[in-house]
Amino acid sequence: MSSKQKFIGRSVPRLEDRTLLTGQGRFAADVNFPGQWAMRVVRSPIAHGRLRGIDASAALTMDGVHAVWTFADVAHIPPIPFRLTGLKALEPYQQRVMASDFVRYVGEPVAVVFADNAYIAEDAAETIELDIEPLEPVMKATDAPGPFDATKNTEPDVLHKGYGDVDAAFKAADSIVTLELSVGRHSGVPLETRGAIGYYNEALGRLEMHGAAKVPHWNRDTMGRMLGRTRDDFQLFEGHVGGGFGIRGEIYPEDLIVCAAALHFRKPIKWIEDRREHLITANHSRQQTHRIRAAIDAQGRILAIDDEFFHDNGAYMRTHAATVPDLAAAMLPGPYRVPAYRATAHIRLTNKTPCGTYRAPGRYESTFVRERLLDAIAANVGVDKVEIRKRNLLPKNAMPYALGLETLGTHIVYDSGDYGLLLDKALERAGWPKLQKEIAKRRANGEKVGAGVAMFVEKSGLGPFDDVRVEVKNDGNIELVTGAASVGQGVETAMAQICAETLGVDYTTVNVIHGQTDRIGRGLGAFASRVTVMTGEATKRASTKLRAHILNLAAELMQAEPTQLDIVDGEIVRTGGAPGPSMKLIDLAKAKPGELIAEDTFESTHMVYPYGVHVAAVRVDAETGGVAIEKYVMAYDVGKAVNPMLVEGQIAGGLAQGIGGALFEEFLYDEGGEPLSVTFADYLMPTAHEVPESSILITEDAPSPLNSLGLKGAGEGGTNPVGAVIASAIDDALQRPGAILSLPVTPQRLRAICKKT
Amino acid sequence: MSEKTDVTLTINGKDYAIAVEPRRTLADAIREDCGQTGTHIGCEHGVCGACTVIVDDAPVRSCLMFAVQAEGKAIRTVEGLADGDKLHPMQQAFMDNHGLQCGFCTPGFLMLAVGVLEREPNISDEALIDVLSSNLCRCTGYQNIIKSVRAAAQEMRK
Repeated sequence: MSSKQKFIGRSVPRLEDRTLLTGQGRFAADVNFPGQWAMRVVRSPIAHGRLRGIDASAALTMDGVHAVWTFADVAHIPPIPFRLTGLKALEPYQQRVMASDFVRYVGEPVAVVFADNAYIAEDAAETIELDIEPLEPVMKATDAPGPFDATKNTEPDVLHKGYGDVDAAFKAADSIVTLELSVGRHSGVPLETRGAIGYYNEALGRLEMHGAAKVPHWNRDTMGRMLGRTRDDFQLFEGHVGGGFGIRGEIYPEDLIVCAAALHFRKPIKWIEDRREHLITANHSRQQTHRIRAAIDAQGRILAIDDEFFHDNGAYMRTHAATVPDLAAAMLPGPYRVPAYRATAHIRLTNKTPCGTYRAPGRYESTFVRERLLDAIAANVGVDKVEIRKRNLLPKNAMPYALGLETLGTHIVYDSGDYGLLLDKALERAGWPKLQKEIAKRRANGEKVGAGVAMFVEKSGLGPFDDVRVEVKNDGNIELVTGAASVGQGVETAMAQICAETLGVDYTTVNVIHGQTDRIGRGLGAFASRVTVMTGEATKRASTKLRAHILNLAAELMQAEPTQLDIVDGEIVRTGGAPGPSMKLIDLAKAKPGELIAEDTFESTHMVYPYGVHVAAVRVDAETGGVAIEKYVMAYDVGKAVNPMLVEGQIAGGLAQGIGGALFEEFLYDEGGEPLSVTFADYLMPTAHEVPESSILITEDAPSPLNSLGLKGAGEGGTNPVGAVIASAIDDALQRPGAILSLPVTPQRLRAICKKT
Repeated sequence: MSEKTDVTLTINGKDYAIAVEPRRTLADAIREDCGQTGTHIGCEHGVCGACTVIVDDAPVRSCLMFAVQAEGKAIRTVEGLADGDKLHPMQQAFMDNHGLQCGFCTPGFLMLAVGVLEREPNISDEALIDVLSSNLCRCTGYQNIIKSVRAAAQEMRK
């Protein structure tokens, strides 16, 4: 008898790869229907203005042009509602699918053209004349709010979070440290642009949208409501998705317009975004300015933190509503003991592209702010950056730790963690004492080199539920259906591993179906690093149930007790040397067609909290303003790594995006609101040259007590503290504490800082 | 702009007789007129490299070439890399070294790397990174791509 195969914890190759490597992937633009029309969106060239008229007469005379829609044609579609963190006060600022009387950012849809193909649609769109009276744009979230319309200004709401007596702590403080810090506007920028194909399936009377991503079930339910379709006559289909990072798959205006048009014209409508459109219309993120103060005692221990910040949300409140400022405010305290805390978050609108989430939303920003503050406290009391962190860290015996704050509808309770241990491990991996000696030596020779360290707590595994159905098909293969989604992170492989080990089959026999709303009733998709935790635990439960069911069925046929049976490599065998033949799973499936099936749910009201430490060493070139990253170490406790290769892949990829935000990427605008970052030649993402080899230490010291495998999500820990640690290392290289107060530290900015000695 | 020209594109050894406007990009012709959707379009302005194919033994951005310019040339796309069920060493190396996540940029990287290594099998590490820095990936952080291409280079030299 062969021994049972273990798959959880093994770096097995991905099931997804062969299809993608051979060009057989099916991304949104690869979806075609006979007789389809192409849609092209006409977008506002003005950041803020009154829309007085649209003249489409020339377009309508062109060969191959079928129709032009403006607001009047879509007036029946309500504004796009919130998915998370919706607040009543924000609702009047939701985006309509097309501008009606005002335009509020360059790129806002004002009309759409339907034509035989994309070339004709684009030609026609260029002939459409817009009459827009320009108005003064609001370009800075830190300026006083301007008018949104006749009755409302550009500050929809102010969030307040906190606990403890902050004012008393500041009175009692030995010292107060104050900083103003800002994070630039950047975003996920997946390599695949967005796409949506609306198709009315006459035979089934069913409206379909292809090109779904991230949260297909939520989008099906919400868009169905908006378009007057029921759950049965509206379905979404997710194919391959060329990167998500938070921004893909939220409901955008174009998704609704293609569906409405498919329904109206009874023609398949295909919209594929071009890169310029993507850069000015898909969700931006991050841009915040924080004014933060810490009350500290003589040893640099934090007594209180008081943070007032301004969140630049762009022109409208999109599906994430207050998610990013809410998370920033709630997770700012991080791994440290903060006895009293107050955050005041101004949600501000500007005449720029509206915002959503981007990998480690609210945490990339607040980790930068908090870790800059820790470095400033260290400088204030004259201790080193490691020592100041050790003095303030929450100890292991404080776990589980209720932070006393809420976010995303749950109380923040750090479920488990040993922050000090991970800090030690990270410093050891980085060879910290030796690194310090080398830096001192090189600095003596005139080199500008330095090191930084940053710590953070992440969150993952957002509930409230996930469903999984597992079935042994008649060909002996296992089909696992889930409402999770894939954005390329290896969902199929990780779920197959958990299912296979639990059931007793090879993981390559498990076929994972996701993102198909017609295959499972409900699902919550892929966001907030939730899939491995939530869907993973649901997979384990459903597979455990199916295993028991299989053994019961087999027991009858094999004339044995279920307890005497086991499933090993797809074969039902007798345990403990009991005599008698075994039975293949496929034979049982054939004997009991349609019966080898089980479904289960995992529900959770609390998130889980992975945590990490990044260490970086950099060299600054004062002449060019360039930053070379010479060493980069990432330690991350994920509780349990289902597939360490995939976890490392997530962390390494996250680092690249973090570096982009720290050193290069920024959506810039001129004073009139004209976007200046509209091609990949002016929105600079890191290449193979800029992303260094890194050292990744995955630990499992603090498994989560909230699920049976101890899982914590891994998708965002590579990104979260990168801005913070790079800033810390640059300060050190310049030997100027507090030199870096804003991200990204572009070469131009760094040169200016270097000159300002 | 609507007059169409007859051209024959030879993709992976197979001829496709199509009629295209002179302005039609090679990328669009490969994908839409010839149905080979493995070649992806990421930026349409020659920066990201997702649309890289091999034309007469050189990797090119198919979004920066017109279809009519490719007449009579040998075009190779990702669909032509594997030998039946047997993956090309470059594809195998990407799988073995986790050189892809979402897979959207992958065909472009495969064709870029294959095209370069066929011409320069003993390319230096430094030059290799230079070449690979001409394509963008948003998922992997590049290190696994570099590892994959190095592994494939060894295999291809055998």
